[in-house]
Parts: sequence; C-alpha cells; structure tokens
Amino acid sequence: MALRLPRIGTSQIVALGLILVANWIVSPQFFDIRLQDGRLFGSLIDVFNRGAPVALLSIGMVLVIAMRGIDLSVGAVMAICGAIAASLADSHSLPVVLAAALGAGLLCGLWNGLLVAVLGIQPIVATLILMVAGRGIAQLITEGRIVTFTSPDLAFLGGGSVLGLPTPVVLTLGMMALTLLLVRGTALGLMIEATGGNPRASALAGIGTRFITVAVYMWSGLCAALAGIVASADILGADANNAGLWLELDAILAVVIGGTSLFGGRFSILLAVVGAFIIQAMNTGILLSGFPPETNLVVKAVVVLAVLLAQSPRLGGHLAGLGVLFNRSKSGGRRP
Amino acid sequence: MIRSLSRLTPVLATAAVFLAGFVVCSLIYPNFASLRVVMNLLTDNAFLVIVAVGMTFVIISGGIDLSVGSVIGFTTVFLALAIERWGVPPLAAFVLILVICAAFGAAMGAIIQYFELPAFIVTLAGMFLARGVSFLLSTESLPITADLYAHLSEHALRFGAGARLTVPALIMLVVVLAGMVLLHLTRFGANVYALGGSRTAAGLMGINVGRTTVLIYTLSSVLAGLAGIVFSLYTSSGYSLSAVGVELDAIAAVVIGGTLLSGGYGFIFGSFLGVMIQGLIQTYISFDGMLSSWWAKIATGLLLFAFIAFQQLTLHLARRSRRAPAGAHP
Repeated sequence: MALRLPRIGTSQIVALGLILVANWIVSPQFFDIRLQDGRLFGSLIDVFNRGAPVALLSIGMVLVIAMRGIDLSVGAVMAICGAIAASLADSHSLPVVLAAALGAGLLCGLWNGLLVAVLGIQPIVATLILMVAGRGIAQLITEGRIVTFTSPDLAFLGGGSVLGLPTPVVLTLGMMALTLLLVRGTALGLMIEATGGNPRASALAGIGTRFITVAVYMWSGLCAALAGIVASADILGADANNAGLWLELDAILAVVIGGTSLFGGRFSILLAVVGAFIIQAMNTGILLSGFPPETNLVVKAVVVLAVLLAQSPRLGGHLAGLGVLFNRSKSGGRRP
Repeated sequence: MIRSLSRLTPVLATAAVFLAGFVVCSLIYPNFASLRVVMNLLTDNAFLVIVAVGMTFVIISGGIDLSVGSVIGFTTVFLALAIERWGVPPLAAFVLILVICAAFGAAMGAIIQYFELPAFIVTLAGMFLARGVSFLLSTESLPITADLYAHLSEHALRFGAGARLTVPALIMLVVVLAGMVLLHLTRFGANVYALGGSRTAAGLMGINVGRTTVLIYTLSSVLAGLAGIVFSLYTSSGYSLSAVGVELDAIAAVVIGGTLLSGGYGFIFGSFLGVMIQGLIQTYISFDGMLSSWWAKIATGLLLFAFIAFQQLTLHLARRSRRAPAGAHP
C-alpha cells in the first residue's frame, strides 16, 4: 500500500510532455543535453533547475491544501530563510547555517499552525499576517541591504551538481521522496485527507486534527525554508524584497494543476511537483519562442481559469480540455 | 452573532488606536499635529481608501478580491495610452475604463457564483490577467500631460499654511460617504450583510444571491478602476507595475477597521480608519527619517494580528454566551 500511484496522473504528465514537445518545436536544440565538468547542461535540465524552488514549495503547499487550508506566507518565509542563510554563510559552518535557516522555517510554520489550529483563524487570514510582516522581518535580518556571500559550501546547494544533476533538482527529489515516505508510507496521509474532508468527523474518529494541522504547516514552512536556501545559494546572496515574490501563487497554481482540490481531501504530492515543472516549462517555452516575457502572466491566468473550471463542482464528471483531463467523482464539497 | 456585544466596539477600538497614534506622534514631533499633515494623509492614501471601500463590501459578503491592485495598474496604463497615444479625451477615457472594470468584475463575480469556485482563486486569476494585460500594453512608465490633469492637480480647497484638500482626497471622501449610504441604508447593502451571514439562509429568504454576488464584485472592480484614475491623477503617469501589493494593504485596512473576515459584519468607516492608521505609520516613518520603510510592514503585520486576535476573542465570548447546541458546525 505504500507509495500508491495516483489514479489520475496521466493527464498532467501528458500535459508536461506536450509542453516540452512544443518547446522543442520552437527551439530545436531544446532536448540537447551535454555533459560538462561532471554536470549536465541544456534547456531541459534548466527547466527542472529553475522549477526547483516552486516544486519545493508545492510539496508543502499540497499538504496544506489537502487539509482545506492555504499558506500564503511561503514566499515571505523563503525571503526570511534565504536572508538568514546568506547572512550566516561566511561566518559559520554549513550545518549551523542550514540548521538556523530550516529552524526559522519550522518556527514560521509553527506560528501559522498555531494561529489556524489553536486560535481557529481562517488559514488565508492567518498566513496573510506572516505574508505581510515576513518581508519586513527579512529586511530586518539583512538590514535593508542585499546580503552577498562567498561560501562555496552554501553556493554548492544552488549551483553545484550531484551525479551530474543540479543540486536543487536533487534536493527537490529528496524532499519529495522523504515527504512521500512520511505521508504515504504511514497512515499520516490518510489522516490529512480525512481532516481536509471533514475536520469534525475526523476529530470524533480519534484523529488529533490539531496536532496534524500544526505539523502540516510546519512542514510547509520547512519546504519554504529549503526553497529559500536554494534561491539564495543560486544568486550567492539574499534580496529580501524580491526573493520568493509571487512564488506562493505559483505554488498554489502548481497544486491546482496537480489535480488537488482546493476544497480539501484527496491529494497527490507527485502531481503537484509535476504541476510546478509544467509552470516552469511554460515560462521557458514563452522565453524560447521569443514572445515577450510579459505574456507569461496572461498565459498563467488562462491556465488557472481553465483548470479551475474543469475542477468546478458544476462541471465535475468527465471533461476534457486543454490537455487536462479530469475524471473525478462529484465531491460537491463546499467551504462552510 | 455579536449583537449581544456592542455593535460598534471594533470600530471604536480602531478609532481609539488611530487617535492614540496621532497623539503619540504629535508629542514626539511638534509639527505633526497640523492641518497640513492631516490633509496630506487624506491625499496620499486616497486611492487606497477607495479600494478599501470596495473591499469592505466584498469581505462583508464573505468573499475576497485579490485583483484590485492589478486593476489599478491596468487602469493607469490604459489611461496613459488612451489619452496620450490614442487621443481619447480624458473624461471619455475615464468612462471607458470604468465600463471595462465593471465588465471585468462582473465576469469574476459570475464565475465565482455560477461555477461555485472559491473567490480567492478566481480573483487570483483575475490578478494575473489584469497585470499581464497591462504588461502587454506597455512596460514603460508613461507620463500623462493632458490639460485636464494639470488643471485638476492645481485645483484644491486651500485652508492656509499649506493645507490643501486635493481633488483625489475630495473624490475619496465622496466615495466613503456614498459607500456608507449604499452599505448601511439600501436594500443592496442589507443583502450584502445577509450573504456574509449565510448564503444559504440569504437564498431561502428570497434574496437573489447570484445577482448580489455579481454586483458586489462589479462594485469592487469599478472602485478599483476609480482608484486607478485617482492614482493616475496623483502621479500624472501610467505604469504597469504601479500598485503592486495594494490588495494586501486594502485587506489589512479592512480587517484593522473591524470587519469580520468571515463576513456578515463590518463598517465602511472602520476601513477608512484602517487606511488612515497605515498612513499614520508611513507618515511617522517619514518624519523620523532614520527608520526604514520595512518597519511599516512589521507594524502593519502586528496590528493585523492584534485585531484578528481581538475578533476571535469577541467571537469566542459571543459563542460561549449563546452556548451553541451540540453537534453544530463550529
């Protein structure tokens, strides 16, 4: 039963394949991959490398959304953790830097989780607080400057490679494997789905919904911290104003493309990650095809709407369109 | 639900915070307590107040509108292009953009209502769309040199000592008054409250839920368009990156103003005060000169937390005093 494959994954994978083929049509050298200095280079590798931060965020976000929550603070948490990592990098060893940054991410998640689970604030509002204040906190850490560092240890996490693959991709795959193991290898995933489906019934059935809620928000904070470290390590610095800006929206979009319903319940981590790479493949495709990068937002808006309409309880059942084929039962679940 | 408590407590709390803040600022900086500072507070935040009025309607009805900042950006770019490049008379351009915004809001409202999708994600798509279209129109900052703009920026009610009540501030005050009348004195306003209390109950009461929802989002987008017009008057330019993140400022202002984010309760005047508190923080920071502007974000976040915690507490007390029947949904 461990690591069960999702029943509705083919459409997203086909969509990713189609976009990659479209990229290949506009740019014939898209699939060219060459090995240089022990690291793979090429547009395809670049899609996965650039998509890694959003993919990391979507791993945490998919769990939060499965619990019928939302985490708007991930972009700000990225900025905070990136700032911490960058400002400690040159004076401390890598384990200390990582522990501080990841710890800060967990702390941010704990704050969100407590607001949602203990104070009973709606998730969108609870995480809005950290989204607004988080960038201020990140600025506080960097003292309003763009902090740069030279530590090769931390830089390796952004620009290095493991077995030829860029480190961000390896980290994403590792985080995904760990999360899958934790969530699908145990009953935890089932409990998350139950809590998202009906929190009251789950609590009555003996699930510690409060504990699970806090734990899931902390996991989202941890994923955001890792994404922040990768983003910082990539540019050898931390920019508190722009690190992770708008990425919370991309992460939510990735989860929605991955077929997880915003009304909570059934979820797929693997497909959320595929969703993140679909978004990045679209970005890269628009750049390669010579359209102005400004087209990006319009395309994203159209994709969100198309996927949402396909997910709509009104249009449930069978609906094929725009490469996304949904075959879900009419859950009809609505927010209370 | 909170009727057992005094209906006005949250707004009074907001007013108390604003007055206390103003007194503290005045004690630290003797020049602070002047008519000029107050008038500048009104002018500088005029566009944000107009957006917050629309957001108040949306939030009271139990929804949220994340697209307003992008709509402001789109409006400024559209106006700059229409007036400067396409030679449309400014007043005609104003009417045209308000019609476009109304159609945009109505479309979002219709999607939310008829496809039963969460308002948050639909307006998120609207945010991408409006910002993306304004990027496509132009990525440069375009100056607006029309006579009307120069004329309007000179026109102001003067009170002496540099205190001017400018056209943007006047438009804003009219919008606040009109919003108060619409929300508190008309049938539409009562419907908005009913929707926020319970959509199902509102529907059973015979309220046309679909029509009201579409109208609410139309109103929010039209006010965002008006805020865009005011913003372009204020800056005399159009830029596709203007007003990024304004939706969050507006939501924060509405919450600080005492409106319940779960809907069904709130006042326009509270949102006005919420914006003024944020403006006060900005003004304090510019008076200080040493603090960076990011302190404003932290202060806003703290205030947001304080007011939300206060809301949860009042709700909790109200619920306890009613003793909810067993098995009721929390």
